[in-house]
Amino acid sequence: MAVISNSRLSASEKWTAVMRRFLRWLTTPHVILSIIMLAVMIYLVIIPLYRMIMTTITVQDIDLRVLKDSEVGDFTWYHWVRMLTSKIAKIMTYEPLVHSIVVSLGATMFALVIGGLMAWMVVRTDMPGRNTIHMLATIPYIMPSWTIAMAWTVIFKNRTTGGTPGLLEYILGTPPPDWLAYGPIPIIVSSGLHYYTFFFLFVSAALLSIDSSLEEAGELAGAGRWRIMRKITFPLVVPAIASGFIMTFSKTMGTFGGPNVLGVPVKYYTLSTMLRSNTGIGNYGDGFVLAIILILFAMTTIMINQKLVGTRKSYETIGGRGFMSQKVKLRNFKGLLTGMVVVFQFLIAILPLVVLLYSTFMLRTGDFSLSNFTLAHWIGKGDISINNGEPGVLRNPKIYLGAWNSIRLSLLTALFTSILGVILGYAIVKGRGTRLSKLVEQMAFIPYVIPGIAFGAVYISMFTKPVGPIPPLYGTFALLVIVSVAKHLPFSARTGVSAMLQVGKELEEAAAIAGASPWRRFVRIIFPLTSTGFVSGFLLNFISTMRELSLIILLVTPTTAVLASMTMRYIENGNEQQADAVILILIFLVLIGNFIISRFRGGSLKKGLGM
Amino acid sequence: METTIVIKNLTKKFGNVIAVNDVSLTIEPKTFLTLLGPSGCGKTTLLRCISGLEDPDEGEIYIGDKLVYSHVKGVSIPSGQRDLGLVFQNYALWPHMTVYKNMTFALEIQKLSKEEMKKRVTEALAEVKMSGYEDRYPREMSGGQQQRIALARMLAYRPRVFLMDEPLSNLDARLRMDMRTELKRLHHISDATTVYVTHDQLEAMTMSSNIAVMKEGVIQQMDTPDKVYHFPANLFVADFIGNPKVNLLEGWITGPDLVDLGKFNVPVFTFSHTGDVVVGIRPEDISVSTHAIDGGVEFITYSVLPTGADTTIIARKGDTELTIKEIGVSKLQMDQKIWLTFNKDAINLYDKATGNLITH
Repeated sequence: MAVISNSRLSASEKWTAVMRRFLRWLTTPHVILSIIMLAVMIYLVIIPLYRMIMTTITVQDIDLRVLKDSEVGDFTWYHWVRMLTSKIAKIMTYEPLVHSIVVSLGATMFALVIGGLMAWMVVRTDMPGRNTIHMLATIPYIMPSWTIAMAWTVIFKNRTTGGTPGLLEYILGTPPPDWLAYGPIPIIVSSGLHYYTFFFLFVSAALLSIDSSLEEAGELAGAGRWRIMRKITFPLVVPAIASGFIMTFSKTMGTFGGPNVLGVPVKYYTLSTMLRSNTGIGNYGDGFVLAIILILFAMTTIMINQKLVGTRKSYETIGGRGFMSQKVKLRNFKGLLTGMVVVFQFLIAILPLVVLLYSTFMLRTGDFSLSNFTLAHWIGKGDISINNGEPGVLRNPKIYLGAWNSIRLSLLTALFTSILGVILGYAIVKGRGTRLSKLVEQMAFIPYVIPGIAFGAVYISMFTKPVGPIPPLYGTFALLVIVSVAKHLPFSARTGVSAMLQVGKELEEAAAIAGASPWRRFVRIIFPLTSTGFVSGFLLNFISTMRELSLIILLVTPTTAVLASMTMRYIENGNEQQADAVILILIFLVLIGNFIISRFRGGSLKKGLGM
Repeated sequence: METTIVIKNLTKKFGNVIAVNDVSLTIEPKTFLTLLGPSGCGKTTLLRCISGLEDPDEGEIYIGDKLVYSHVKGVSIPSGQRDLGLVFQNYALWPHMTVYKNMTFALEIQKLSKEEMKKRVTEALAEVKMSGYEDRYPREMSGGQQQRIALARMLAYRPRVFLMDEPLSNLDARLRMDMRTELKRLHHISDATTVYVTHDQLEAMTMSSNIAVMKEGVIQQMDTPDKVYHFPANLFVADFIGNPKVNLLEGWITGPDLVDLGKFNVPVFTFSHTGDVVVGIRPEDISVSTHAIDGGVEFITYSVLPTGADTTIIARKGDTELTIKEIGVSKLQMDQKIWLTFNKDAINLYDKATGNLITH
């Protein structure tokens, strides 16, 4: 059997061989799936982005009043010039940009300080009740991000905006100053209190995983406690802090709820609220310029992060049993500090809910006395003098529709996200090391760098007009599902990949050797071994979609409204009590979902955070 | 089940790294071939190419008379149709299936009857001495037991070729010895052509009918264990095989059958070769005398390391160091004068420039 050299084959034989090799490559399961996923992602992410950019450089219907000689679709720099250099640029673009940065940076720093300090106290000191503290720390994050903002207005609002007084003014008799009632400080505090959970969980996990021998080595070398902390402990948790920082910063950049509740009434606009007010009046050209600025900003931040804290500095802290032989003794401060932590947690986890609940029992806003007590906002039949005649939330068909929309949106999103997760995980893990796999992984990551509200904006431009065989989806419920699924792509990919990685590749190879087809391998081996990962991913997606607002606020219509968007509408219409009642219903649903999760996986929220 | 495996000009690259470099070899039926080499030498990749889990970049593979891979023809038969079994280093037992289900997974695909499946499982479990474990889950067994089940799973579907990828490396020393015995026995009974990958020379020496020593993707020598040990084809093989290691000493040929090593001469068959050479002397081919004898070279013991069954002696003469192995417990002391003689028949001579064995 002599070796057949290439030259002895005829041209057609060579061609057949090339085709066979190509076909074999193409029919490898992970290659097919990668190609399908690429197509899906191009459709869900790339084309919408492209459309959005195009919208900003072409003439829109609304522009014809100004650009009289143009036709719709002509090329123009009009929007960019208007938003970046004209007289209104300051109000439309630069002020909101500065506000966004101030608010995001402030909220992130605030969250970092609180979360980091609490993590240190829980992990590194002899503070009692760490498990309780740990559990309570996750509560603010489970609630919708604008919960605290809404409770804030109930307590701190003054009559600057022409409304009724808040609880503080009711009790003290004097109105709280403007800076405390509305604007940057309240936004920073209320978002910071929501996101501090990130830092708390990240930093405490990092601290726990540090091998105590690293610090003991420092101690043996003669370093003092403070020096060890500065030179050893701190550098080791820097990656955790940095990733928490970036995650929080880019999230708050794109967040809508807080700035809408606490900023807009005093015309303190951020990019997200300004974007909404532009697209709200159909001015997509201008709005999308803001969206692009927002995206570029978020992307830059994340890139800087990856440059600064690249793979070189993300230490693997494996090896430690996570047991600290020495804890800082709080001595006399023990009681005081523990008390402070408990009170603090109570204030941000429980008090907002109590305040919100109380406000729903008030017939008129601003009157906190018991004589003002009513159940009308919950079970009223609809009095024309209350809430423009809308019945109480529990009798209101709109609320039930919204709740049903929230639930089915969350269910469908979680379902599709899990399915995509399986496919993405398989395609990426099985193709590890190939360019195709890397491309899929990177593309799935794109939605991560696009702030929520900008991502919603991307979808307006895509689906107001038909794309190929797909009809215009704007205003449909399907669009909400699509945008939520697309935004969750990075999460899908991550859960998918980590679930697949847990199944050693030998397990599938052993099945291949045994003669199992790819489908059989998937059904009999891979799926059974990864399903628990996907079920918990499903539940986490369910609750995170439930409380999502920024992403869908630009896309909902009255018939597709979900509970989250309804809270905003009621606030904007001045129906505070109803808004408060709706958010309580939403929180109730989220808590039920969370309860199921903790039942299912023993209460670990950490893995699911971050998207 | 007479199955020959023929590999022709096989090359496999990972990026710029050439894992297997133009390897050609023929594995005769019923052979127990061990691919032996340090980590990264390409032995596992070669095995995976045979199994079909890895697609090579060049070359051809035949299993029996079936062409299972050919680059130029664009042929690559899926693993499952190559009629081979593979035992993985980490066993790869499916954790969500019982032993019985693990073993019948392939048999279900072959659409065997229930009775036949049951019979095969019972037989295979008996062969690995694990009868009665049908309903266990993998995690309910020890590592050694899991290893046996992995083996039984392969035996149950009766492939023509057994492939094993470092199957014993996760076991402790004691179990490894037992499993070597069993594996050799199993091969003896089944007569399947076996390709076994390991970096452990003791495994290779004890079990194989043939050993292929690999380095950097190339087979350095393929021979019986006896030949590989006593006539290593080059310095790499000589140095890799044997424990304690072979003594390699540089020198030059000064006359017929005499090599000058600087401090002393040794008698060697030089086959009318001349020039610079390296002399390879196994530790057990040196005899020790405690008093001056005719032709003996004077050394001083540097360290004496008895194991019970034998004693390893490190001896020095200036900066020349030799390792010597004596049977039994040696009476030698450290820093003692000794006189060494060398077994001319057992000494190998290597060309210093090429590193290859010099033969007639």
